[in-house]
Amino acid sequence: MCLKFYGELLEAQNQPVHSSVSWAAERHLLSALMWTPEIRHVASRKYAGQWREITGPAPVKMSKRRSAALTGAQGISLAQKLLRERLCHQKLPDQPVGLDSQYKHLLELLRRTAVHGESNSVLIVGPRGSGKTMLLGCVLRELMSLKEAQKNVLLVELNGLLQTDDKIALKEITRQLHLENVVGDKVFGSFAENLAFLLEALKKGDKSSSRPVLFVLDEFDLFAHHKNQTLLYNLLDVSQSAQTPVAVLGLTCRLDVLELLEKRVKSRFSHRQIHLFSSLSFAQYLDVVRAQLSLPPDFPDPKFSDEWNHSVTKLCEDKTVEEILRRNFNGSKDFRSLHSLLFLAVSRVSVSHSTLREADLIEAWRLISVDSKANVLHGLSILELCLIIAMKHLNDTYDGEPFNFQMVHNEFKKFIQRKSHSIHKFEKPVVMKAFEHLLQLELVRPVDSGVCKVQREYQLMRLMLEHGQVMEALQRYPQCPTDVKQWALSAFG
Amino acid sequence: MSRYITRLRMRRTYKWNGRPVGEDRKLKRQYYESMSISVEGKTEDATVSLGQYILIEGDDDDNPFVAQLLKLYTDDSGKKKTAVLQWFVRMCEVPQNKRKLLGRDPHPQEIFFYQDRSCDNEVDGETILGAVQIEYVPVQDPFPVGKSRDILFVKLLWDTKSFRALDPELMQPSQSPKSPPPSSRGPQTRALPTPDPSVMKRAMSGILTRGSMSTGKMSSSEAESLHSASKLSAAKALSAKRRSQAVSGPQVRKKLDLCSPSKNMSRDDVLGELLDERSEKTLTSKLNTSPTGRISISIRLTPLNLNKEECVSPLSSHSPDKPRMTAHDKDDAARARTPSRRKDSAALREPALAALAEEEHEDSPINTAATSRSKRKSAQLVSSRIKKQLNLLGNKIGLQSDGEDGDDDDCFIPSKIDLQSSSDEEEEAKIDSEDELIVKKHRGSGTSRSTEKTRVSARTPRKTPSKKTAPATPRTPRHATPSIPSRTAPARKPGNVLEEARARLHVSSVPESLPCREQEFQDIYNFVESKVIDGTGGCMYISGVPGTGKTATVHEVIRSLQQSAEQDEIPHFRFIEINGMKMTDPHQAYVQILQKLTDQKATPDHAAALLEKRFSAPAPKKETVVLLVDELDLLWTRKQNVMYNLFDWPTRRNARLVVLTIANTMDLPERIMINRVASRLGLTRMSFQPYTFKQLQQIITSRLNRVKAFEEDALQLVSRKVAALSGDARRCLDICRRATEICEHSGSQKNSSGLVGMSHVMEALDEMFSSSYISAIRCASVQEQLFLRAVIAEFRRLGLEEATFQQVFVQHQALCRVEGLQPANVSEGLTVCQRLGSCRLLLLEGSRLDLFLRIRLNVSQDDVLYALKAD
Repeated sequence: MCLKFYGELLEAQNQPVHSSVSWAAERHLLSALMWTPEIRHVASRKYAGQWREITGPAPVKMSKRRSAALTGAQGISLAQKLLRERLCHQKLPDQPVGLDSQYKHLLELLRRTAVHGESNSVLIVGPRGSGKTMLLGCVLRELMSLKEAQKNVLLVELNGLLQTDDKIALKEITRQLHLENVVGDKVFGSFAENLAFLLEALKKGDKSSSRPVLFVLDEFDLFAHHKNQTLLYNLLDVSQSAQTPVAVLGLTCRLDVLELLEKRVKSRFSHRQIHLFSSLSFAQYLDVVRAQLSLPPDFPDPKFSDEWNHSVTKLCEDKTVEEILRRNFNGSKDFRSLHSLLFLAVSRVSVSHSTLREADLIEAWRLISVDSKANVLHGLSILELCLIIAMKHLNDTYDGEPFNFQMVHNEFKKFIQRKSHSIHKFEKPVVMKAFEHLLQLELVRPVDSGVCKVQREYQLMRLMLEHGQVMEALQRYPQCPTDVKQWALSAFG
Repeated sequence: MSRYITRLRMRRTYKWNGRPVGEDRKLKRQYYESMSISVEGKTEDATVSLGQYILIEGDDDDNPFVAQLLKLYTDDSGKKKTAVLQWFVRMCEVPQNKRKLLGRDPHPQEIFFYQDRSCDNEVDGETILGAVQIEYVPVQDPFPVGKSRDILFVKLLWDTKSFRALDPELMQPSQSPKSPPPSSRGPQTRALPTPDPSVMKRAMSGILTRGSMSTGKMSSSEAESLHSASKLSAAKALSAKRRSQAVSGPQVRKKLDLCSPSKNMSRDDVLGELLDERSEKTLTSKLNTSPTGRISISIRLTPLNLNKEECVSPLSSHSPDKPRMTAHDKDDAARARTPSRRKDSAALREPALAALAEEEHEDSPINTAATSRSKRKSAQLVSSRIKKQLNLLGNKIGLQSDGEDGDDDDCFIPSKIDLQSSSDEEEEAKIDSEDELIVKKHRGSGTSRSTEKTRVSARTPRKTPSKKTAPATPRTPRHATPSIPSRTAPARKPGNVLEEARARLHVSSVPESLPCREQEFQDIYNFVESKVIDGTGGCMYISGVPGTGKTATVHEVIRSLQQSAEQDEIPHFRFIEINGMKMTDPHQAYVQILQKLTDQKATPDHAAALLEKRFSAPAPKKETVVLLVDELDLLWTRKQNVMYNLFDWPTRRNARLVVLTIANTMDLPERIMINRVASRLGLTRMSFQPYTFKQLQQIITSRLNRVKAFEEDALQLVSRKVAALSGDARRCLDICRRATEICEHSGSQKNSSGLVGMSHVMEALDEMFSSSYISAIRCASVQEQLFLRAVIAEFRRLGLEEATFQQVFVQHQALCRVEGLQPANVSEGLTVCQRLGSCRLLLLEGSRLDLFLRIRLNVSQDDVLYALKAD
């Protein structure tokens, strides 16, 4: 679901004239994606197409023929296109930021595998968004530019989220290596045969004459959950024996990945780990922001780009903008969250205001930082809101113990009796309906979903909202009756 | 699927034909010259008699063992029938690594005269399956084409080390001294149900061509096998018994015969000789003089020879008529047959040439070979093409195709065509001899069946066409050769000292010797060597933590054992290795063992059955198999039947299987094995201790082998550190390699001594052993650090090591206010929490639980506080 939406969103963004993407939809999506880092991760990978970018031609070429004479709209769309590419990870940066030593280490390691036929194994460890794949992409780009390596290296890419067991992984390896038991895209033979075949193939090679194979295992930790870790054992075993030279590159965000490995697998791993921990200061972070937003010097319309770059420099000096960026920096240092912020800001640029203003960034920040549930609360009816407040009071009274509908209804009735003039009297079924709506929105959740024998009214529930969330929602709720507000603020139900 | 299997499952009953032809009172044995085998469901009995080529039940249904029957006797009780044999081997029985010595693709029907001193040549008579036809083909000649696929061809001799030509010089006069086969030829033909002349002819021709080749070698190899028999367990008792009864008289007589000019006798002379027992003596004399025979034929052998003489001589005198008759037939038969054979090979052309060749063939195989080579170029061309096809087919079928011969007409078209054009005589003969068992075999091509085929099929077990023989279709790349493409330019060699050192320190580079494991090496070596020499079986369990050189030591042992086997110090053996981690399922172990042993593919169940049969079958013509089972614990199944079988097979009397098992844990047998498995594993155990720092240092030093790249102190530091942590040699080598890299990078800057020093090693050690949690916490964002702090605060408040997100979040917000930051909202808080969770700084439940997901720390609180304080 999320993936699909995200894809659509990206497509919408890529259209040249961007005006009315439904902000609500976007907001929802972004908040949804916030909840599931894994999916967000995959989505960005999926649309990044990173590998093809390394070898293939650069995806966007500036149309040189109408260099100087760009209209405002054209300039904007071109600039947006360029920046979107950057911000959506479609293009590898020229040089990884702040990862120089890791870059050198990895490049040297892979170069030795490619040129000397030395087998190696290495893990690249870093939190999500720290640039593991980007680093590897840059290294591979550089490696492939070496003439010696270009023709010799075979690359096998696996992802723990896609190759969920050894059987699939094995087929994928066989397919990517174009071994002889592959016809077209199909791999023949049983799992056992495939394993034997692959091992035989790798065993036949030797250090000096076989082409080295680079195994890239994305989400390395997931491979450690495969049965017996057969695949890892065998790959690492090959890397430790005089067979075909291989380099096993694992990418993972888990710091405890070595503890996942079985002891004999662990023993075969070389224990090289490249850690990617960002140690950026805020000043450097600001520099990165400026660099990310600036247009390159070869932009076809120098006037436009000068203007743009100037506005970006000014923007970064602005106090409110700096505050926003600092909050983002405090939240996480990775560039992925920064990119999504800047992406939203850049998307707001249009012909009417052709430069990036602080208002754009503030709006983008508002969208990004808004609490997802607060948004949902805005769409509730007064009755539903009253129920939420009743539940909040129950929570306060019973110290977070679960409640059932009957209790909520009683609480609500008490309130109605006190302040009957401002709120209609609702029949019980109507209240029940409202309650069920809350249930559907998952603002309320049954404690134990397994037991369905209990009547609905008496099923134990929990409120999935923080105290603060409820209060904030009430503050922002349009035309909220004062009685309800007071009730919410009062200490007792 | 086996083609013989139907036959095997039938009950066979064995009966002596006629009266005993001789008796050894001392041994209480009665000698017979033929035996009839009756099979349930068949009306006619098959008969095997002395000198005939027979099939012996083996572990491979498709390829039963081939041998020539030399003697048949029974003990006094009359129950146990024993046969003395001269073995032949198929290509698939030749050790895999030796097969390439042949230098060409083997003919699918090719077998080799087997000359091995260590092979027992007495088998239980009830393992005989039936007769088979063997033809001798001169070395230079191509294999005859279009013959029935039941015929096997002999060209070369296999003496366990090399393939040698069967010397025609030895071959030619062999007719005269070759007494046992001719002497028994009579009974054999007589035993045929319908003594039709043409049948006889055919029978004779088969034996003639074949018989001419084998004698010389056979006698010598027989000597060898007898020799070895004295050593080998199976025949040990018998030979010992005989030895005790040795008389010196006959020995003297035999010595005299040694000088008799029997070699130059004509065929008639042969016949004459067949009638008296001298022939037997010539055989034995040849045995002593044979060039290929080993000089080690010692006095121990003589009682055996003498015995044989005693027992066979009455046999030959017993049948005075038959040999003569066969001799008459011989010419005719040969004449009648050879043209057809030539025709086959020459693709039905040049009958004249064929006749010519045949004439010469009678007397001088060498000449035949020479002339035929010069004159039959075109024929050779054609036949070679066919041969190629055959080979192709043979490869497809696998090596077991030797035994499947000509039964599947439908998949072997060339032979069918040739068969159809075979001569009238043969047609006739076929009809006569199509007497038994054929009914089943008719598959609509009755007329095209060749005579020899039917004849043989009367004796050889019926085979159902194997599914493997299906014609090669491009359906699946079944025989795809696994390989990685080779690189365009060879890999660069190490350039400087550090690179050289790094290459040497790589775990994969195999050292010349394994230092620090001398004792273990010796123990394993002694164990395996003694088992191989004794021809017995046994198990050994080797344990030790990873990286202590278990597998390497075993490989080293096998390497040196194989070396001494090459030099004939110990008998040959097969080495097979399986690894529990390199298979997908414990039962695949059977498949892999079978495939490495016989090149067959089978399902696990079938493979288990075949292996069971192989290791329990009494057929003793086996070399010892040394099986290495790595990562034994992975072979655990609930019923433990895989382990049970692996440890049970060595205990079988005829198995000759040595099993070496490797696993990590010392108490594996006690922990995971049920009693009957643990008991079979036995108590031969060995445990590899983790390396001490001195040993590790020695290992590195010996690997470096005087490449000066490390400072002495640096080496000591590495080895001490690793020894203290795990004693894993791999780790040690990896650290050293990493240190050379660090040295290389820093060396360019500082311009130091160029050696790897303490600082480099320290850095490498730090990289590999230091925990990354602390640096991860230090590099985390402000909110993440606050969240960790909130977690600890909440833990302290609760007095538990676990809290829900909601509880922590309250703390988090409070901390934010203290720090003067704007409090994060729930979404942000959850994002931070999830990010910490994905690094495994925190342990989280599924994010679906939202506010109520429970949080734990994956690092100690002290570490977190330390990391945050230092910030």
